[in-house]
Amino acid sequence: MDEVFDVMILGAGAAGLTAGIYTSRAKFSTLILNEGPIGGQMVLTNEVANYPGVEKTTGYAMAGIMKKQAKEFGCKIKSNVKITEYDLGEKVKSVTLEDGRVFKAWSVILAPGGKSRTLNIPGEDKFRGSGISYCATCDGEFFTGKEIVVVGGGNSALEEAVALTKYVTKVTVVHQFDHFQAFEHAVREAQSNPKIEFIMESTLTEFTGNESLERVTIKNIPTEETYQYPAQGTFIFIGYSPNTSAFKGIVEMNEREEIITNSEMQTNLPGVFAAGDSIVKRYRQITTAVADGTIAALTAAEYVAKTKKEELVLN
Amino acid sequence: MLQTALQEIETAAELKKIISENENVMVCCGRMGPMCIPVYEAMEELEEDREDVKFFTMAFDSPEANIIREDPSCLGFMGLPFTMYYKKGEVAHATSSIQSMEKIKAVLNDKFGK
Repeated sequence: MDEVFDVMILGAGAAGLTAGIYTSRAKFSTLILNEGPIGGQMVLTNEVANYPGVEKTTGYAMAGIMKKQAKEFGCKIKSNVKITEYDLGEKVKSVTLEDGRVFKAWSVILAPGGKSRTLNIPGEDKFRGSGISYCATCDGEFFTGKEIVVVGGGNSALEEAVALTKYVTKVTVVHQFDHFQAFEHAVREAQSNPKIEFIMESTLTEFTGNESLERVTIKNIPTEETYQYPAQGTFIFIGYSPNTSAFKGIVEMNEREEIITNSEMQTNLPGVFAAGDSIVKRYRQITTAVADGTIAALTAAEYVAKTKKEELVLN
Repeated sequence: MLQTALQEIETAAELKKIISENENVMVCCGRMGPMCIPVYEAMEELEEDREDVKFFTMAFDSPEANIIREDPSCLGFMGLPFTMYYKKGEVAHATSSIQSMEKIKAVLNDKFGK
């Protein structure tokens, strides 16, 4: 019979790595499969200054330590894999990789995390890196002296719009609603900045230009009128979405495609748990992901011990 | 100084020497930021599988990185990191901004062979 791991964790962000540390330290054979790079959203955090017990570090360094801890306890980690099939409804759960390899486990912890939303409109791929950016801190200086558009109406969008006025001559904030989701102080700061203009109840439908971005097409949502607007740059800050599309129809999710769990991180499927940014919750921090991962690991360990004992009695 | 597990090139002269001595070289020129780190991570993974390619980083803010920043292939680049692919000492391809593992693999296969 193929090796059956005690716990298989899908995702290697803060939640998945924490779960891996806990289960492997408790001597449950553990496999982490990860479709992207190790660390998830955590590695994208330049400075972590509010993680209790750690004075100041980078998300990248923290992810590296978590990975090392998990491996030292015996956890196996395979990253940058592509999973094509999930069979999570049976007592022994399995996943199949693109290359045909099958991995089995008594329990599964789903920790796929989230990713920045993109607009998914024509031209977005073409001009990424030559006019379209998702990080003001990284790319702001490339737009010095230019006129740009910022898409979004949350805290990130408005704070980054203000930050970008250091470099650019004009920022036009395009937002789909007639009001902002950002905190009042962020809205006030953006509204009082003379370099920032606002186009409300509107959305972008296309990016155009030659070698680099030159224009965006803006659609007024109530009137459906579209028009071209000059923009040498566009920064997109429209929030995060959970990486859960692969689990549609497998585990219960809410309308935002976040996985529904109880307080012990159990999903609706026996032996399947979930943790981190992909579950239904209000606050998404490294600390909350670590807490979710810990709870999921402890609950999974209890489930595995019980299930294996029952199997032993039956056989 | 970049904090990655990859070897960092510190001078333009060092980069010239590396690309003259190695047939296939990939250099990611960036910072420790959210667009650059996923590229470093992918390169760290690929370093184990692609023995035919040498993987390096270079700090974007170092004056020595002018050799990449001012390369004609980077004209019009407006997003970190600038990622360079050198074949037999010449620029074979260059990309701007974040790249997925799939895209990096596709470039490596296309420019350096499978």
